[in-house]
Order: sequence, then C-alpha cells, then structure tokens
Amino acid sequence: MPPSPLLQIARFACLRDRRLLFDPLELCVQAGECVELRGPNGVGKTTLLRALAGLFPAEGVILSRAPFAYIGHANGNAGALTAEENLRWYLTLMERPATDASLREALERVGLGAVAPRPCSRLSAGQQRRVALARLLLSAADLWLLDEPYTALDVGGVVLLDGLLREHCARGGAALVVSHNPVQPASRALDLHPAPLMRRRA
Amino acid sequence: MSGALGGQIRRELLLLARSRTDVLNPLVFLFLTVLLFALALDGRPENLRAHAAGVLWALVLLTNMLALDGMFRRDYDDGSLEQMFLITQSPVAPVLGKLLVQWLATGALITLCSPLLGLALNLPAKVLPMLFLAFLAGSPAVSFIGAIGASVTVGIRRSGAILGLLVLPMLIPVLIFGVSVVNRALDGDPPGPAIYWLAALSVASIMAAPFAVSAGLKVSLEQ
Repeated sequence: MPPSPLLQIARFACLRDRRLLFDPLELCVQAGECVELRGPNGVGKTTLLRALAGLFPAEGVILSRAPFAYIGHANGNAGALTAEENLRWYLTLMERPATDASLREALERVGLGAVAPRPCSRLSAGQQRRVALARLLLSAADLWLLDEPYTALDVGGVVLLDGLLREHCARGGAALVVSHNPVQPASRALDLHPAPLMRRRA
Repeated sequence: MSGALGGQIRRELLLLARSRTDVLNPLVFLFLTVLLFALALDGRPENLRAHAAGVLWALVLLTNMLALDGMFRRDYDDGSLEQMFLITQSPVAPVLGKLLVQWLATGALITLCSPLLGLALNLPAKVLPMLFLAFLAGSPAVSFIGAIGASVTVGIRRSGAILGLLVLPMLIPVLIFGVSVVNRALDGDPPGPAIYWLAALSVASIMAAPFAVSAGLKVSLEQ
C-alpha cells in the first residue's frame, strides 16, 4: 500500500464575486515533496492556500490533509510582544510545553538568537518573517503551506529558508510554496491558470 | 482546554500591560462625558440626581462601544487571529480568554469606578453600593454581547457606527434593568427582579458569546 499523501484535493476551485478564479485543480502531495505554486497576479494563489488551510470556503473536496502550519502575508506576530512571547503563546495554544530552551533553539535556528527582547513591532520586516519561520519549526507539522515566504528575507534568509525546506522534506514532510521567484528546493512546480472569463457560475 | 485558555489570558494581559492607553482612553472618555453632564445639569441638583442612572448607563454603553471596536482589529491585521484559528482544534477556549480580559479592562474597571461616577452625578451615598452591584451584574453582558458584534465587523474598516447599530439594540434590556435597579434604590426600594435579570443576562452571554464570537470571527476571516 502506498503511503497516504499529506495533501490530496480533487476538483478544487475557489470563487470570488461568483467568478471562478482558476481551473479546477487536482493535486496530490506526497511526503518528501516540495511543490512550488506559480501563477500570474490575481489568479488566486493566496486564496487557494487560504482555502486549503480552511480560511476560505472552497468548492471541491479535500481528500486528505495532514496537520499543517501556515504562513500568510501577515506574519501572525503581535507587535507589542517579543518574539519569544509570541512563540510561547503559539505553543500553549497547541497544548505543547514551551520551554525556554526550545524557544531559544528555534530562534537561534532562524538567526534571531542575538535579538534583544524587543517587541516584534520594533523588528525589521525580514526579522519578523524569521519569527514566523521559527513558529514553523516549532509547529512540528508535516505539511507547510507557505504564501510568498521569501518576502522581505535577505540573502541569508533565503538560504536559511531553502535549508529549512530541504530538511523538512528530507524528514518526510511536505510543503506547498507560493512564490514568484524559483524555489530552489522545489521538486516540482504547479502552474495555476486563470479560468476563462466565460465560465462564470450560474 | 485550560492550557489554551490560560495561555491566551496571559497573552492578553501582557498586551494590556504594554498598551495602557488602550485601557485608559475609554475610561477618560467616560469620566469626561459624565463630568460634562454634571456641569450641564448642575443648575438643579435634584434634576441631575433624577437622571443620573439613565445618563450613567447610557454613557457606559457608549464607552464600551469605543473599546469594543478595536478589540479584534489588531489580531486581525497582524495575522495572529488566523493563526489562532489554525493552531487550535476549537478557538472557543482562547476566544473566552480574550473576552474575559476585555471585560476586565472595561467592565470591571468601570464597575470599580462607578461609585465615583455616581458621586459626580450627585447620587446619594446610600445608593452607591447598589450602583456598584448593578454594574457588577450587568457589565459582563455588555462586554460579551458587544464582542459578538465586534467579531462580525472586524473585517470592515471604520466599523464604529455599524458596531453601534448592531450591538446597542441588543443591550437595551441591560440598560433598562440597570437603570431600574439604581432608580429603585434611589426611592429606597429593594432592587427587585431587575438585578437578577442583569445577572441572568450576564451568565447567559458569558456562556453563549464564546461560541458566537468564534463563529463571527470565522466569517470575518473568510472574506
């Protein structure tokens, strides 16, 4: 029996203002795969990712979906709290122990070990994105849904994220990455095509 | 369950401690408007006393509208609200934590200040304990019912007027019973069933609001 895919969807489509965004999608992501999601602006990449995460109502079916972590356009950090406080909140909501050591390890991993305990609103955009990456590490989720994760990252950050993705997939995880630049660790790419304007929903 | 609730409460308290103006602004608004009324009606102290309960309850409702408007906005904008929905199996526990702290920062604080506000409106000292009790019994209903409106309107920019239109009608029972409790005490009567109605409304809204707010926030996130 082949291992069950971490993500499988069938006839999956999103509607906005009663208009079909992209052609209905079949997708199966196996463990170890890193799938790059491409498509022109406005085709519905973000909407697709949000729908996969359950944050947007969609047509079609999700046949299987492993526990996942999601990074959207917003990083999900409260500006008034420090990186550590944000991550601690995240772990308690997951009902997982939040030890100082595990938090520090995750922060060091994403290159924020030296950041003084400053509120996230005082960090740069790239540093805030790194906090979101630390959350990804702590989530222990098998499936990563990342919406333009390279935004605001510097050269070192891009290398870091590439490394994290490779490591994650080598460990048997999978990732679906929306990006306008080539994703180095991607094992394949999926192109979203805008649905023809004719095909409006009755 | 308790872990998520406790974690959320800790986070909200931290956020409160970091942004004290968010707590103080509505309170300053309440004190200023009460003092304006006191000055405006001061020509006839007995006049002021007769209208004190109604004025105070109405101003407290408006103050709550002011505080509720921003209740979920920051979490919505910075993405932590969607993370809250994605991380937890059910967002009801963290939502309850948020609501409790919101009440603490508005309703509980206003209740503590209510004797002072009563004095400013020329209420006699013997009425003040009942005033305090009325706010203690009624203010949770205001916060928890109001949060339902805030959860639905968080996706709308400048939603202040809509929030009021949506929530204030639902709060009219609280207003009527609250004013009745204070006015009966002013006449020297026992509070009667009104105080129990206030408490019942609060208990019911504390139980129902976390579910309704979760559903409302989900709708707001799905836009």
